[in-house]
Amino acid sequence: MEEVKLMKGNEAMAEAAIRAGVDAYFGYPITPQSEVIEYLMHEEPFKRTGMVVLQAESELAAINMVYGAAACGKKAMTSSSSPGISLKLEGISYMAGAELPCLIANVMRGGPGLGTIQPGQSDYFQAVKGGGHGDYNLIVLAPSTVQEMADFVDLGFDLAFKYRNPVMILSDGAIGQMMEKVILPEQKERLSNEEIIKHYGNWATTGKPESRESNIITSLDLKPELQEIHNQHLQNKFKTAEKNEVRYEQIQCEDADYILVAYGTSARISQKVVQLGREKGLKIGLLRPITLWPFPKKIISELADHAKGFLSVEMSAGQMVEDVLLAVEGKVPVAHFGRMGGMIASPSEVLDAVEKEINKI
Amino acid sequence: MTTEVITPEEIIKKGKIVFEKTKLMTDCTLSYCPGCGHGVAHRLVMEVVDEMGIGDNTIGVAPVGCSVLAYEFMNIDIQQAAHGRAPAVATGIKRVFPEKYVFTYQGDGDLAAIGTSETIHACNRGENIVIIFINNGIYGMTGGQMAPTTLPGMKSSTSPYGRVVESMGYPLKITEMVATLPGVAYATRQAVHTAKLVTKTKKAIIKAFQNQKDKKGTSIIEIVANCNSGWKMTPVESNKWLDENMLAYFPLGDIKK
Amino acid sequence: MPKVRGAVVIDIEACKGCDLCVVACPFDVLKLDTQVNAKGYNPAIPFNHDACTGCKICALVCPDICITVYQYKPEKV
Repeated sequence: MEEVKLMKGNEAMAEAAIRAGVDAYFGYPITPQSEVIEYLMHEEPFKRTGMVVLQAESELAAINMVYGAAACGKKAMTSSSSPGISLKLEGISYMAGAELPCLIANVMRGGPGLGTIQPGQSDYFQAVKGGGHGDYNLIVLAPSTVQEMADFVDLGFDLAFKYRNPVMILSDGAIGQMMEKVILPEQKERLSNEEIIKHYGNWATTGKPESRESNIITSLDLKPELQEIHNQHLQNKFKTAEKNEVRYEQIQCEDADYILVAYGTSARISQKVVQLGREKGLKIGLLRPITLWPFPKKIISELADHAKGFLSVEMSAGQMVEDVLLAVEGKVPVAHFGRMGGMIASPSEVLDAVEKEINKI
Repeated sequence: MTTEVITPEEIIKKGKIVFEKTKLMTDCTLSYCPGCGHGVAHRLVMEVVDEMGIGDNTIGVAPVGCSVLAYEFMNIDIQQAAHGRAPAVATGIKRVFPEKYVFTYQGDGDLAAIGTSETIHACNRGENIVIIFINNGIYGMTGGQMAPTTLPGMKSSTSPYGRVVESMGYPLKITEMVATLPGVAYATRQAVHTAKLVTKTKKAIIKAFQNQKDKKGTSIIEIVANCNSGWKMTPVESNKWLDENMLAYFPLGDIKK
Repeated sequence: MPKVRGAVVIDIEACKGCDLCVVACPFDVLKLDTQVNAKGYNPAIPFNHDACTGCKICALVCPDICITVYQYKPEKV
């Protein structure tokens, strides 16, 4: 049954994974997301639901364990933070190529390199533009509350299996570490092999009976004509996802003549900025993308027909702002406000930036 | 008293089949070079899986390297792993399917260079899997570059004047290394260039799968094989060279049983 | 003539003419054909039929798994 708890974002995600009937979690410690595997090891879901939890020797090994389990048709996930995600990209590219569903959480910290352990949003490009080699996309979900850290696990797996593609929860150190009230979902049963075949088709490596051809999981095709056909098939899936899976939240955009665009922790701050701005008589609103890929281009374009300008607020040097620019299609000015290296913007400094940009128009 | 005069056609008609290709090998022509040991190793693994009656319960993991296309030849469910990651992939499979049989099939570059970490840690966890390790002392697929197992003084396209151990390091005896780990139940080095050795290798593979059935931990079977193309020899010459040179550095036999 | 007789059937199109079976055969039953197969290899063929015992050595070392071996124990007459 549902349960209300006060939890860290990382813990809520871990508990939600157990309750979503996830079959396996493979991870490697890295700040600020180590609570995920710590919580799972403490909860011992292998006793509760039979869920596998294993600490791998590296992020590389962890993502490849996910590959192995996912290719068996199982719900497999991993989580990490920025430097660890860089290591996982090889496996993520292979999984996109081999059409394997899985969930990867990136609790972002500041970069580049070892960077810092404080929150960041500078892995946006890596998450939404592919990251690994080859033409592929991840479906990227951006939680801005502890509740969404929990909710996006089940949603993530639904999307991953629907499109047979990796899904990423792109969170950050603040959401991962903060404690909030969270309503935990009811326990879902883990699926049996027969149910997996019934729900998702008979493509996984489960052991070949004589009654069917062998199931092969690979991203390789040495014949370029066939590899292009495979790529076309992937692109068609991505086009369908772009059509059907865009998610966003509008906060006071209806009458707004200036729009902030922000996700995750920056969206929380921007929500406060909207409140402060409204108190000062500024008609500003917030568009919060929930899916960073597919990006909510259409609504931004529509808002650009009425608003006088946009400000992309990010904990980065300006990454999502490029997608906002593309979506606005040059109709109105688009600016960026960012803090870097683990620094979180204060609402007042963002409001200053908003007022400055409005005055320029 | 004379013996019945009989033609080959009559022997085929009247006699019994004493050797035929296992049904777990597909009809695809093997993509390996003429004389390459991979074909025999493929056959042995599939024969053992077939004879144990576990074909419908076995999942293989193919590597990156010459045997990347193993899934075209082995008629079972197979996953193709990223370079060196097969033991991690196999871990993922075995953890969600503990009752199924899981094996990796890897070359020396895959297992003992880029995948060293995955190999050692899977063995150290005692993952209940079988690792088939083909050691031919060279990167075959990419055109004969120096491998972690290339012998001292041995020429390759990236050690054109021979492997200089002072600057390029020594051939890695990874099977001996992992044999020291408590998680490893069975570590052995075999070869497939004579009929006698082929028979011994098959026995080792049977033992490895039996270990998996008995949940004893990791079994690793290194098969020292030829790479006549990479070594730039005829198949017959390469087997002779293997016997005289490779086996001196990589002696055959059980390292841990 | 051996007491137990053997015969080998070689899948000529799968054979790559590597010569390993020819060298391995203890009774010199096999040789490489002078004709080539579709891929341009000179496949192994049995020519010394009466010497074959069906010992399987050729099949055991064949990397292309293209040899089937038959055995027959002739009756005394």
